[in-house]
Amino acid sequence: MDPATLIFLAFILMLSIFLGFEVISKVPATLHTPLMSGSNAISGITLVGALVSAGAAGDDTLSIILGTAAVAFATINVVGGYLVTDRMLGMFKKKPTEVKK
Amino acid sequence: MNLDLLINLVYIAAAIMFIFGLKMLSSPATARQGNFISAIGMFLAVVITLLSKEIIDFHWIVIGFIIGAVVGAFAARLVAMTQMPEMVALFNGFGGIASLLVGWEAYHASPNSAVFTLTTIFLSVLIGGVTFSGSIVAWGKLSEVFGGKPTLFPGQKVVNALLLLAIVTAGILFILNPLGGYNIFIGIMLLALILGVMAVIPIGGADMPVVISLLNSYSGLAACAAGFVIQNNILIVAGALVGASGIILTNIMCKAMNRSLANVLFSGFGATTAGKGAAAQGEVKPIVADDAYLILEAASSVVFVPGYGLAVAQAQHVVRELGELLEQNGCEVRYAIHPVAGRMPGHMNVLLAEANVPYDQLVEMDDINPIMETVDVAVVIGANDVVNPAARTDESSPIYGMPIINVDYAKTVFVLKRSMAAGFAGIDNPLFFNENTRMLFGDAKASISGVVAAFKEK
Repeated sequence: MDPATLIFLAFILMLSIFLGFEVISKVPATLHTPLMSGSNAISGITLVGALVSAGAAGDDTLSIILGTAAVAFATINVVGGYLVTDRMLGMFKKKPTEVKK
Repeated sequence: MNLDLLINLVYIAAAIMFIFGLKMLSSPATARQGNFISAIGMFLAVVITLLSKEIIDFHWIVIGFIIGAVVGAFAARLVAMTQMPEMVALFNGFGGIASLLVGWEAYHASPNSAVFTLTTIFLSVLIGGVTFSGSIVAWGKLSEVFGGKPTLFPGQKVVNALLLLAIVTAGILFILNPLGGYNIFIGIMLLALILGVMAVIPIGGADMPVVISLLNSYSGLAACAAGFVIQNNILIVAGALVGASGIILTNIMCKAMNRSLANVLFSGFGATTAGKGAAAQGEVKPIVADDAYLILEAASSVVFVPGYGLAVAQAQHVVRELGELLEQNGCEVRYAIHPVAGRMPGHMNVLLAEANVPYDQLVEMDDINPIMETVDVAVVIGANDVVNPAARTDESSPIYGMPIINVDYAKTVFVLKRSMAAGFAGIDNPLFFNENTRMLFGDAKASISGVVAAFKEK
Protein backbone atom coordinates (compact mmCIF):
# COMPACT_ATOMS: atom_id res chain seq x y z
CA MET A 1 0.00 0.00 0.00
CA ASP A 2 1.36 3.40 -0.86
CA PRO A 3 1.57 6.17 1.74
CA ALA A 4 -1.12 8.22 -0.02
CA THR A 5 -3.71 5.46 0.50
CA LEU A 6 -2.73 5.12 4.13
CA ILE A 7 -3.16 8.85 4.72
CA PHE A 8 -6.47 8.80 2.89
CA LEU A 9 -7.82 5.90 4.98
CA ALA A 10 -6.51 7.47 8.19
CA PHE A 11 -8.29 10.71 7.27
CA ILE A 12 -11.56 8.85 6.82
CA LEU A 13 -11.05 7.09 10.14
CA MET A 14 -10.36 10.32 12.00
CA LEU A 15 -13.35 12.17 10.56
CA SER A 16 -15.66 9.20 11.16
CA ILE A 17 -14.68 9.01 14.81
CA PHE A 18 -15.47 12.69 15.36
CA LEU A 19 -18.75 12.34 13.47
CA GLY A 20 -19.61 9.25 15.51
CA PHE A 21 -19.08 11.12 18.78
CA GLU A 22 -21.25 14.02 17.61
CA VAL A 23 -24.12 11.88 16.38
CA ILE A 24 -24.16 9.28 19.12
CA SER A 25 -23.84 11.67 22.06
CA LYS A 26 -27.35 12.87 21.09
CA VAL A 27 -28.92 9.43 21.59
CA PRO A 28 -31.03 9.54 24.78
CA ALA A 29 -30.41 7.03 27.58
CA THR A 30 -33.81 5.45 26.87
CA LEU A 31 -32.51 4.16 23.55
CA HIS A 32 -29.09 2.94 24.64
CA THR A 33 -29.96 -0.75 24.34
CA PRO A 34 -31.30 -0.41 20.78
CA LEU A 35 -28.22 1.72 20.04
CA MET A 36 -26.02 -1.18 21.09
CA SER A 37 -27.90 -3.82 19.14
CA GLY A 38 -28.07 -1.45 16.17
CA SER A 39 -24.33 -0.92 16.32
CA ASN A 40 -23.91 -4.71 16.45
CA ALA A 41 -25.70 -4.73 13.12
CA ILE A 42 -23.53 -1.95 11.71
CA SER A 43 -20.34 -3.68 12.83
CA GLY A 44 -21.58 -6.59 10.73
CA ILE A 45 -20.29 -4.44 7.84
CA THR A 46 -17.32 -6.82 8.04
CA LEU A 47 -19.63 -8.91 5.85
CA VAL A 48 -18.47 -6.78 2.92
CA GLY A 49 -14.91 -7.91 3.52
CA ALA A 50 -16.02 -11.47 4.24
CA LEU A 51 -17.87 -11.69 0.92
CA VAL A 52 -14.68 -10.97 -0.99
CA SER A 53 -12.78 -13.51 1.15
CA ALA A 54 -15.34 -16.24 0.55
CA GLY A 55 -15.89 -15.43 -3.12
CA ALA A 56 -12.20 -15.33 -4.00
CA ALA A 57 -11.24 -18.38 -1.97
CA GLY A 58 -10.76 -20.66 -4.97
CA ASP A 59 -9.96 -24.29 -4.14
CA ASP A 60 -7.97 -23.77 -0.98
CA THR A 61 -9.88 -25.56 1.79
CA LEU A 62 -8.72 -23.35 4.64
CA SER A 63 -9.59 -20.22 2.65
CA ILE A 64 -13.07 -21.59 1.99
CA ILE A 65 -13.61 -22.39 5.67
CA LEU A 66 -12.35 -18.99 6.82
CA GLY A 67 -14.35 -17.09 4.22
CA THR A 68 -17.58 -18.99 4.75
CA ALA A 69 -17.35 -18.74 8.53
CA ALA A 70 -16.66 -15.01 8.27
CA VAL A 71 -19.71 -14.56 6.04
CA ALA A 72 -21.87 -16.60 8.44
CA PHE A 73 -20.80 -14.70 11.58
CA ALA A 74 -21.08 -11.28 9.97
CA THR A 75 -24.50 -12.16 8.55
CA ILE A 76 -25.73 -13.20 12.00
CA ASN A 77 -24.77 -9.73 13.19
CA VAL A 78 -26.38 -7.91 10.29
CA VAL A 79 -29.64 -9.87 10.15
CA GLY A 80 -30.00 -10.49 13.88
CA GLY A 81 -28.89 -6.99 14.82
CA TYR A 82 -31.29 -5.12 12.57
CA LEU A 83 -34.24 -7.41 13.30
CA VAL A 84 -33.87 -7.34 17.07
CA THR A 85 -33.38 -3.56 17.04
CA ASP A 86 -36.53 -3.19 14.98
CA ARG A 87 -38.41 -5.47 17.35
CA MET A 88 -37.25 -3.45 20.34
CA LEU A 89 -37.94 -0.04 18.83
CA GLY A 90 -41.42 -1.23 17.90
CA MET A 91 -42.12 -1.51 21.64
CA PHE A 92 -41.39 2.13 22.37
CA LYS A 93 -44.75 3.82 22.20
CA LYS A 94 -45.89 7.30 23.02
CA LYS A 95 -48.56 7.78 25.62
CA PRO A 96 -51.97 7.63 23.96
CA THR A 97 -53.56 11.09 24.01
CA GLU A 98 -56.86 9.66 25.18
CA VAL A 99 -56.58 7.84 28.47
CA LYS A 100 -58.95 4.93 28.38
CA LYS A 101 -61.19 4.62 31.36
CA MET B 1 -19.02 2.93 -16.04
CA ASN B 2 -16.05 1.76 -14.07
CA LEU B 3 -17.24 -0.94 -11.66
CA ASP B 4 -14.92 0.06 -8.80
CA LEU B 5 -16.16 3.61 -9.04
CA LEU B 6 -19.77 2.46 -8.90
CA ILE B 7 -19.07 0.24 -5.87
CA ASN B 8 -17.43 3.11 -4.03
CA LEU B 9 -20.25 5.50 -4.86
CA VAL B 10 -22.72 3.05 -3.36
CA TYR B 11 -20.49 2.77 -0.28
CA ILE B 12 -20.76 6.53 0.14
CA ALA B 13 -24.55 6.25 -0.04
CA ALA B 14 -24.45 3.43 2.53
CA ALA B 15 -22.28 5.51 4.88
CA ILE B 16 -24.75 8.40 4.62
CA MET B 17 -27.59 6.02 5.48
CA PHE B 18 -25.76 4.63 8.51
CA ILE B 19 -25.17 8.13 9.79
CA PHE B 20 -28.75 9.21 9.20
CA GLY B 21 -29.96 6.04 10.86
CA LEU B 22 -27.93 6.83 13.98
CA LYS B 23 -29.05 10.46 13.90
CA MET B 24 -32.68 9.36 13.91
CA LEU B 25 -32.00 7.35 17.05
CA SER B 26 -31.98 10.67 18.91
CA SER B 27 -35.73 10.35 19.47
CA PRO B 28 -37.88 7.28 20.11
CA ALA B 29 -40.39 8.67 17.61
CA THR B 30 -38.02 8.41 14.64
CA ALA B 31 -35.73 5.63 15.86
CA ARG B 32 -37.46 2.72 14.17
CA GLN B 33 -37.41 4.45 10.81
CA GLY B 34 -33.73 5.26 11.35
CA ASN B 35 -32.94 1.60 11.96
CA PHE B 36 -34.73 0.77 8.72
CA ILE B 37 -32.72 3.33 6.76
CA SER B 38 -29.51 1.95 8.25
CA ALA B 39 -30.57 -1.57 7.22
CA ILE B 40 -31.19 -0.41 3.64
CA GLY B 41 -27.71 1.10 3.61
CA MET B 42 -26.30 -2.24 4.70
CA PHE B 43 -28.33 -4.07 2.07
CA LEU B 44 -27.03 -1.78 -0.69
CA ALA B 45 -23.43 -2.14 0.48
CA VAL B 46 -23.70 -5.94 0.50
CA VAL B 47 -25.43 -6.22 -2.87
CA ILE B 48 -22.99 -3.92 -4.65
CA THR B 49 -20.04 -5.82 -3.16
CA LEU B 50 -21.30 -9.00 -4.78
CA LEU B 51 -20.62 -7.34 -8.15
CA SER B 52 -16.92 -6.87 -7.47
CA LYS B 53 -14.65 -8.79 -9.79
CA GLU B 54 -12.61 -10.49 -7.07
CA ILE B 55 -15.64 -12.62 -6.34
CA ILE B 56 -15.54 -15.58 -8.67
CA ASP B 57 -17.53 -18.17 -6.78
CA PHE B 58 -20.87 -17.54 -5.04
CA HIS B 59 -21.26 -21.08 -3.75
CA TRP B 60 -19.68 -20.52 -0.32
CA ILE B 61 -21.09 -17.05 0.04
CA VAL B 62 -24.61 -18.42 -0.30
CA ILE B 63 -23.97 -21.17 2.25
CA GLY B 64 -22.47 -18.76 4.78
CA PHE B 65 -25.22 -16.28 4.16
CA ILE B 66 -28.03 -18.79 4.66
CA ILE B 67 -26.52 -20.07 7.91
CA GLY B 68 -26.05 -16.54 9.22
CA ALA B 69 -29.46 -15.29 8.16
CA VAL B 70 -31.32 -18.23 9.70
CA VAL B 71 -29.42 -18.06 12.99
CA GLY B 72 -29.69 -14.27 13.14
CA ALA B 73 -33.39 -14.16 12.34
CA PHE B 74 -34.28 -16.85 14.87
CA ALA B 75 -32.15 -15.25 17.56
CA ALA B 76 -33.73 -11.85 16.94
CA ARG B 77 -37.24 -13.26 17.06
CA LEU B 78 -36.89 -15.59 20.00
CA VAL B 79 -34.71 -13.64 22.42
CA ALA B 80 -36.52 -12.44 25.53
CA MET B 81 -35.99 -8.78 26.34
CA THR B 82 -34.49 -9.75 29.71
CA GLN B 83 -31.80 -11.61 27.74
CA MET B 84 -30.80 -8.66 25.55
CA PRO B 85 -27.47 -8.17 27.37
CA GLU B 86 -26.46 -11.76 26.60
CA MET B 87 -27.47 -11.36 22.98
CA VAL B 88 -25.57 -8.11 22.52
CA ALA B 89 -22.54 -9.70 24.20
CA LEU B 90 -22.66 -12.63 21.77
CA PHE B 91 -23.10 -10.33 18.78
CA ASN B 92 -20.12 -8.26 19.87
CA GLY B 93 -18.18 -11.50 19.85
CA PHE B 94 -19.41 -12.48 16.38
CA GLY B 95 -18.33 -9.08 15.04
CA GLY B 96 -14.90 -9.71 16.54
CA ILE B 97 -14.49 -13.23 15.16
CA ALA B 98 -15.62 -12.10 11.69
CA SER B 99 -12.85 -9.48 11.65
CA LEU B 100 -10.34 -12.04 12.88
CA LEU B 101 -11.34 -14.43 10.10
CA VAL B 102 -11.11 -11.71 7.45
CA GLY B 103 -7.63 -10.83 8.70
CA TRP B 104 -6.58 -14.49 8.76
CA GLU B 105 -7.90 -15.10 5.26
CA ALA B 106 -6.06 -11.99 3.98
CA TYR B 107 -2.81 -13.32 5.43
CA HIS B 108 -3.46 -16.85 4.22
CA ALA B 109 -4.16 -15.64 0.68
CA SER B 110 -1.01 -13.51 0.43
CA PRO B 111 1.47 -14.05 3.28
CA ASN B 112 4.16 -11.99 1.58
CA SER B 113 2.53 -8.60 2.02
CA ALA B 114 4.00 -5.22 2.77
CA VAL B 115 4.82 -4.26 6.34
CA PHE B 116 1.85 -1.94 6.55
CA THR B 117 -0.65 -4.60 5.45
CA LEU B 118 0.86 -7.09 7.88
CA THR B 119 0.50 -4.55 10.68
CA THR B 120 -3.19 -4.12 9.91
CA ILE B 121 -3.65 -7.89 9.73
CA PHE B 122 -2.00 -8.17 13.14
CA LEU B 123 -4.30 -5.50 14.59
CA SER B 124 -7.39 -7.02 13.02
CA VAL B 125 -6.59 -10.46 14.43
CA LEU B 126 -5.61 -9.07 17.84
CA ILE B 127 -8.67 -6.84 18.35
CA GLY B 128 -10.98 -9.39 16.77
CA GLY B 129 -9.64 -12.19 18.96
CA VAL B 130 -9.81 -10.21 22.20
CA THR B 131 -13.35 -9.08 21.34
CA PHE B 132 -14.45 -12.61 20.58
CA SER B 133 -13.15 -14.45 23.63
CA GLY B 134 -13.90 -11.51 25.94
CA SER B 135 -17.46 -11.39 24.70
CA ILE B 136 -17.92 -15.12 25.14
CA VAL B 137 -16.81 -14.80 28.77
CA ALA B 138 -19.11 -11.78 29.22
CA TRP B 139 -21.94 -13.79 27.72
CA GLY B 140 -21.17 -16.67 30.08
CA LYS B 141 -21.20 -14.35 33.08
CA LEU B 142 -24.43 -12.64 32.04
CA SER B 143 -26.27 -15.88 31.36
CA GLU B 144 -24.73 -17.28 34.54
CA VAL B 145 -23.16 -20.22 32.74
CA PHE B 146 -19.80 -19.30 34.31
CA GLY B 147 -21.12 -17.59 37.45
CA GLY B 148 -21.08 -13.83 37.83
CA LYS B 149 -18.36 -13.56 40.49
CA PRO B 150 -15.07 -11.90 39.59
CA THR B 151 -12.19 -14.36 39.23
CA LEU B 152 -9.05 -13.03 40.86
CA PHE B 153 -5.77 -14.76 41.57
CA PRO B 154 -2.41 -13.59 42.91
CA GLY B 155 -0.10 -12.22 40.25
CA GLN B 156 -2.96 -11.63 37.82
CA LYS B 157 -1.64 -8.26 36.72
CA VAL B 158 1.84 -9.69 36.16
CA VAL B 159 0.40 -12.50 34.05
CA ASN B 160 -1.62 -10.03 31.99
CA ALA B 161 1.38 -7.75 31.50
CA LEU B 162 3.50 -10.71 30.34
CA LEU B 163 0.71 -11.76 28.00
CA LEU B 164 0.59 -8.28 26.48
CA LEU B 165 4.37 -8.24 26.14
CA ALA B 166 4.30 -11.63 24.42
CA ILE B 167 1.70 -10.38 21.95
CA VAL B 168 3.68 -7.26 21.09
CA THR B 169 6.89 -9.32 20.65
CA ALA B 170 5.11 -11.89 18.50
CA GLY B 171 3.55 -9.07 16.48
CA ILE B 172 6.94 -7.50 15.73
CA LEU B 173 8.44 -10.89 14.79
CA PHE B 174 5.45 -11.61 12.57
CA ILE B 175 5.60 -8.29 10.73
CA LEU B 176 9.33 -8.52 10.14
CA ASN B 177 9.28 -12.15 9.02
CA PRO B 178 5.90 -12.90 7.43
CA LEU B 179 6.92 -15.89 5.30
CA GLY B 180 8.34 -17.94 8.14
CA GLY B 181 5.68 -16.65 10.42
CA TYR B 182 2.62 -18.86 10.08
CA ASN B 183 3.31 -20.45 13.46
CA ILE B 184 3.84 -17.03 14.97
CA PHE B 185 0.58 -15.93 13.41
CA ILE B 186 -1.32 -18.83 14.99
CA GLY B 187 0.43 -17.99 18.27
CA ILE B 188 -0.78 -14.39 18.06
CA MET B 189 -4.34 -15.57 17.57
CA LEU B 190 -4.16 -17.88 20.58
CA LEU B 191 -2.58 -15.17 22.73
CA ALA B 192 -5.29 -12.70 21.66
CA LEU B 193 -7.99 -15.19 22.63
CA ILE B 194 -6.35 -15.79 26.02
CA LEU B 195 -5.99 -12.04 26.58
CA GLY B 196 -9.72 -11.56 25.97
CA VAL B 197 -10.56 -14.18 28.59
CA MET B 198 -8.08 -12.74 31.09
CA ALA B 199 -9.42 -9.23 30.58
CA VAL B 200 -13.02 -10.11 31.41
CA ILE B 201 -12.76 -12.75 34.16
CA PRO B 202 -11.79 -10.27 36.93
CA ILE B 203 -14.92 -8.20 36.30
CA GLY B 204 -18.01 -8.80 38.44
CA GLY B 205 -21.61 -9.20 37.34
CA ALA B 206 -22.66 -5.70 38.39
CA ASP B 207 -19.98 -4.12 36.20
CA MET B 208 -21.20 -5.90 33.08
CA PRO B 209 -22.79 -2.74 31.58
CA VAL B 210 -19.29 -1.26 31.30
CA VAL B 211 -17.82 -4.42 29.84
CA ILE B 212 -20.42 -4.92 27.12
CA SER B 213 -20.18 -1.26 26.17
CA LEU B 214 -16.42 -1.57 25.89
CA LEU B 215 -16.60 -4.81 23.90
CA ASN B 216 -19.18 -3.13 21.66
CA SER B 217 -16.58 -0.49 20.96
CA TYR B 218 -13.90 -3.13 20.30
CA SER B 219 -16.13 -4.90 17.79
CA GLY B 220 -16.31 -1.61 15.88
CA LEU B 221 -12.56 -1.13 16.08
CA ALA B 222 -12.08 -4.70 14.84
CA ALA B 223 -14.21 -3.87 11.80
CA CYS B 224 -12.08 -0.74 11.32
CA ALA B 225 -8.90 -2.79 11.40
CA ALA B 226 -10.37 -5.25 8.90
CA GLY B 227 -11.22 -2.22 6.75
CA PHE B 228 -7.55 -1.22 6.73
CA VAL B 229 -6.57 -4.79 5.81
CA ILE B 230 -8.75 -4.87 2.71
CA GLN B 231 -8.51 -1.08 2.16
CA ASN B 232 -12.22 -0.55 2.27
CA ASN B 233 -13.72 2.81 3.25
CA ILE B 234 -17.12 1.61 4.33
CA LEU B 235 -15.66 -0.77 6.91
CA ILE B 236 -13.61 2.07 8.35
CA VAL B 237 -16.54 4.49 8.52
CA ALA B 238 -18.99 1.96 9.99
CA GLY B 239 -16.40 0.57 12.37
CA ALA B 240 -15.50 4.03 13.63
CA LEU B 241 -19.17 4.87 14.25
CA VAL B 242 -19.59 1.72 16.32
CA GLY B 243 -16.29 2.31 18.10
CA ALA B 244 -17.34 5.83 19.05
CA SER B 245 -20.73 4.61 20.21
CA GLY B 246 -19.19 1.99 22.49
CA ILE B 247 -16.74 4.48 23.98
CA ILE B 248 -19.50 7.00 24.71
CA LEU B 249 -21.59 4.35 26.46
CA THR B 250 -18.58 3.08 28.41
CA ASN B 251 -17.90 6.61 29.57
CA ILE B 252 -21.52 7.19 30.63
CA MET B 253 -21.54 3.92 32.59
CA CYS B 254 -18.27 4.72 34.37
CA LYS B 255 -19.47 8.21 35.30
CA ALA B 256 -22.72 6.78 36.62
CA MET B 257 -20.73 4.53 38.94
CA ASN B 258 -18.21 7.27 39.81
CA ARG B 259 -15.36 4.98 38.88
CA SER B 260 -12.60 5.15 36.34
CA LEU B 261 -12.44 2.66 33.52
CA ALA B 262 -9.16 1.32 34.93
CA ASN B 263 -10.85 0.73 38.27
CA VAL B 264 -13.67 -1.25 36.63
CA LEU B 265 -11.31 -3.31 34.50
CA PHE B 266 -8.70 -4.22 37.08
CA SER B 267 -10.10 -4.00 40.59
CA GLY B 268 -12.63 -6.84 40.76
CA PHE B 269 -15.20 -4.72 42.59
CA GLY B 270 -17.35 -6.79 44.89
CA ALA B 271 -14.62 -9.34 45.45
CA THR B 272 -12.78 -7.13 47.92
CA THR B 273 -14.03 -7.23 51.47
CA ALA B 274 -12.39 -4.03 52.71
CA GLY B 275 -14.33 -0.81 53.24
CA LYS B 276 -17.96 -1.69 53.70
CA GLY B 277 -18.75 1.78 54.95
CA ALA B 278 -20.49 2.59 58.20
CA ALA B 279 -23.04 -0.04 59.14
CA ALA B 280 -26.50 1.42 58.93
CA GLN B 281 -28.58 0.92 62.01
CA GLY B 282 -32.10 1.45 63.16
CA GLU B 283 -35.44 -0.15 62.81
CA VAL B 284 -37.09 -0.95 59.54
CA LYS B 285 -40.82 -0.33 59.14
CA PRO B 286 -42.39 -3.19 57.24
CA ILE B 287 -45.84 -2.74 55.73
CA VAL B 288 -48.24 -4.96 53.83
CA ALA B 289 -49.94 -4.45 50.46
CA ASP B 290 -53.11 -2.97 51.98
CA ASP B 291 -51.15 -0.24 53.80
CA ALA B 292 -49.25 0.48 50.60
CA TYR B 293 -52.54 0.80 48.77
CA LEU B 294 -53.86 3.39 51.23
CA ILE B 295 -50.76 5.55 50.84
CA LEU B 296 -50.64 5.21 47.05
CA GLU B 297 -54.38 5.92 46.78
CA ALA B 298 -53.84 9.30 48.44
CA ALA B 299 -50.70 10.16 46.42
CA SER B 300 -50.79 12.64 43.56
CA SER B 301 -47.29 11.94 42.28
CA VAL B 302 -45.56 8.56 42.20
CA VAL B 303 -42.14 7.63 40.85
CA PHE B 304 -41.13 4.03 40.26
CA VAL B 305 -37.41 3.32 40.52
CA PRO B 306 -36.73 -0.05 38.90
CA GLY B 307 -33.53 -2.06 39.15
CA TYR B 308 -32.37 -5.40 37.89
CA GLY B 309 -34.51 -7.10 40.54
CA LEU B 310 -37.56 -6.00 38.56
CA ALA B 311 -36.37 -8.02 35.58
CA VAL B 312 -35.50 -11.01 37.77
CA ALA B 313 -38.99 -10.99 39.31
CA GLN B 314 -40.55 -10.38 35.86
CA ALA B 315 -42.61 -7.67 37.57
CA GLN B 316 -42.63 -5.09 34.74
CA HIS B 317 -46.16 -5.96 33.59
CA VAL B 318 -47.79 -5.70 37.02
CA VAL B 319 -45.87 -2.48 37.64
CA ARG B 320 -47.30 -0.99 34.45
CA GLU B 321 -50.77 -2.16 35.54
CA LEU B 322 -50.33 -0.43 38.89
CA GLY B 323 -49.07 2.65 37.07
CA GLU B 324 -52.21 2.76 34.95
CA LEU B 325 -54.49 2.33 37.97
CA LEU B 326 -52.69 5.20 39.69
CA GLU B 327 -53.11 7.39 36.63
CA GLN B 328 -56.83 6.68 36.52
CA ASN B 329 -56.83 7.75 40.12
CA GLY B 330 -55.52 11.14 38.99
CA CYS B 331 -51.95 10.55 40.02
CA GLU B 332 -48.89 11.53 38.00
CA VAL B 333 -46.76 8.45 37.31
CA ARG B 334 -43.14 8.41 36.21
CA TYR B 335 -40.37 5.84 36.00
CA ALA B 336 -36.93 7.07 37.02
CA ILE B 337 -34.11 5.03 35.56
CA HIS B 338 -30.54 5.12 36.77
CA PRO B 339 -27.95 4.79 33.97
CA VAL B 340 -26.50 1.58 35.41
CA ALA B 341 -29.80 -0.05 36.39
CA GLY B 342 -30.05 -3.43 34.68
CA ARG B 343 -27.28 -5.36 33.00
CA MET B 344 -26.62 -3.08 30.03
CA PRO B 345 -27.15 0.58 29.14
CA GLY B 346 -30.85 1.32 28.67
CA HIS B 347 -31.90 -2.19 29.66
CA MET B 348 -34.68 -1.12 32.06
CA ASN B 349 -36.14 1.21 29.45
CA VAL B 350 -36.56 -1.65 27.01
CA LEU B 351 -38.14 -3.90 29.63
CA LEU B 352 -40.64 -1.20 30.57
CA ALA B 353 -41.34 -0.38 26.92
CA GLU B 354 -42.05 -4.07 26.37
CA ALA B 355 -44.59 -3.90 29.19
CA ASN B 356 -46.27 -1.01 27.31
CA VAL B 357 -45.05 1.81 29.51
CA PRO B 358 -45.13 4.89 27.24
CA TYR B 359 -41.61 6.26 26.71
CA ASP B 360 -42.61 9.79 27.75
CA GLN B 361 -43.02 8.44 31.30
CA LEU B 362 -39.43 7.18 31.40
CA VAL B 363 -37.25 9.87 32.98
CA GLU B 364 -33.51 10.07 33.52
CA MET B 365 -31.83 10.48 36.88
CA ASP B 366 -30.76 14.08 36.24
CA ASP B 367 -34.33 15.09 35.39
CA ILE B 368 -36.02 13.49 38.38
CA ASN B 369 -33.59 14.43 41.16
CA PRO B 370 -34.32 18.19 41.20
CA ILE B 371 -38.06 17.55 41.63
CA MET B 372 -37.81 14.58 43.99
CA GLU B 373 -39.04 16.67 46.94
CA THR B 374 -42.39 17.16 45.21
CA VAL B 375 -42.89 13.41 44.80
CA ASP B 376 -45.37 11.83 47.22
CA VAL B 377 -44.26 8.22 46.90
CA ALA B 378 -41.09 6.77 45.39
CA VAL B 379 -41.40 3.03 44.84
CA VAL B 380 -38.03 1.26 44.67
CA ILE B 381 -38.33 -2.11 42.96
CA GLY B 382 -35.34 -4.41 42.94
CA ALA B 383 -32.85 -1.55 43.06
CA ASN B 384 -30.44 -1.01 45.93
CA ASP B 385 -27.07 0.62 45.36
CA VAL B 386 -28.43 3.18 42.87
CA VAL B 387 -30.70 4.63 45.60
CA ASN B 388 -28.27 4.30 48.50
CA PRO B 389 -27.94 7.70 50.22
CA ALA B 390 -24.58 6.58 51.67
CA ALA B 391 -23.20 7.49 48.24
CA ARG B 392 -23.94 11.11 49.15
CA THR B 393 -23.21 11.17 52.84
CA ASP B 394 -20.84 8.43 53.97
CA GLU B 395 -17.26 9.06 52.85
CA SER B 396 -16.16 5.60 53.98
CA SER B 397 -18.67 3.88 51.73
CA PRO B 398 -17.20 2.18 48.64
CA ILE B 399 -19.85 3.84 46.49
CA TYR B 400 -19.28 7.32 47.96
CA GLY B 401 -19.57 9.92 45.20
CA MET B 402 -21.61 7.76 42.86
CA PRO B 403 -24.60 9.70 41.53
CA ILE B 404 -27.83 8.18 42.85
CA ILE B 405 -31.54 8.71 42.46
CA ASN B 406 -32.39 10.67 45.59
CA VAL B 407 -35.50 8.73 46.56
CA ASP B 408 -34.91 9.57 50.22
CA TYR B 409 -35.98 13.16 49.41
CA ALA B 410 -39.46 11.99 48.41
CA LYS B 411 -42.20 12.31 51.02
CA THR B 412 -42.54 8.53 51.36
CA VAL B 413 -40.34 5.75 50.01
CA PHE B 414 -41.49 2.18 49.46
CA VAL B 415 -38.73 -0.36 49.09
CA LEU B 416 -39.71 -3.70 47.62
CA LYS B 417 -37.19 -6.27 48.66
CA ARG B 418 -36.91 -9.98 49.07
CA SER B 419 -35.07 -9.75 52.39
CA MET B 420 -32.66 -7.47 54.21
CA ALA B 421 -29.64 -8.81 52.25
CA ALA B 422 -27.24 -6.18 50.88
CA GLY B 423 -27.12 -5.28 47.18
CA PHE B 424 -24.62 -6.34 44.54
CA ALA B 425 -21.86 -4.21 45.99
CA GLY B 426 -22.50 -5.77 49.41
CA ILE B 427 -23.02 -2.39 51.06
CA ASP B 428 -25.48 -1.55 53.79
CA ASN B 429 -28.19 0.83 52.72
CA PRO B 430 -29.22 3.44 55.32
CA LEU B 431 -32.26 4.23 53.18
CA PHE B 432 -34.05 1.22 54.66
CA PHE B 433 -33.88 2.70 58.14
CA ASN B 434 -35.05 6.20 57.24
CA GLU B 435 -38.04 7.77 58.94
CA ASN B 436 -39.98 8.03 55.65
CA THR B 437 -39.13 4.54 54.35
CA ARG B 438 -41.56 1.63 54.36
CA MET B 439 -40.40 -1.87 53.49
CA LEU B 440 -42.59 -4.20 51.46
CA PHE B 441 -40.90 -7.57 51.86
CA GLY B 442 -41.36 -10.48 49.50
CA ASP B 443 -41.28 -11.18 45.79
CA ALA B 444 -41.66 -7.88 43.90
CA LYS B 445 -44.22 -9.29 41.50
CA ALA B 446 -46.36 -10.74 44.30
CA SER B 447 -46.14 -7.51 46.32
CA ILE B 448 -47.19 -5.30 43.41
CA SER B 449 -49.95 -7.75 42.48
CA GLY B 450 -51.22 -7.41 46.04
CA VAL B 451 -51.42 -3.64 45.73
CA VAL B 452 -53.11 -3.93 42.32
CA ALA B 453 -55.68 -6.32 43.81
CA ALA B 454 -56.34 -3.88 46.65
CA PHE B 455 -56.88 -1.10 44.09
CA LYS B 456 -59.34 -3.19 42.13
CA GLU B 457 -61.35 -4.16 45.19
CA LYS B 458 -62.11 -0.60 46.25
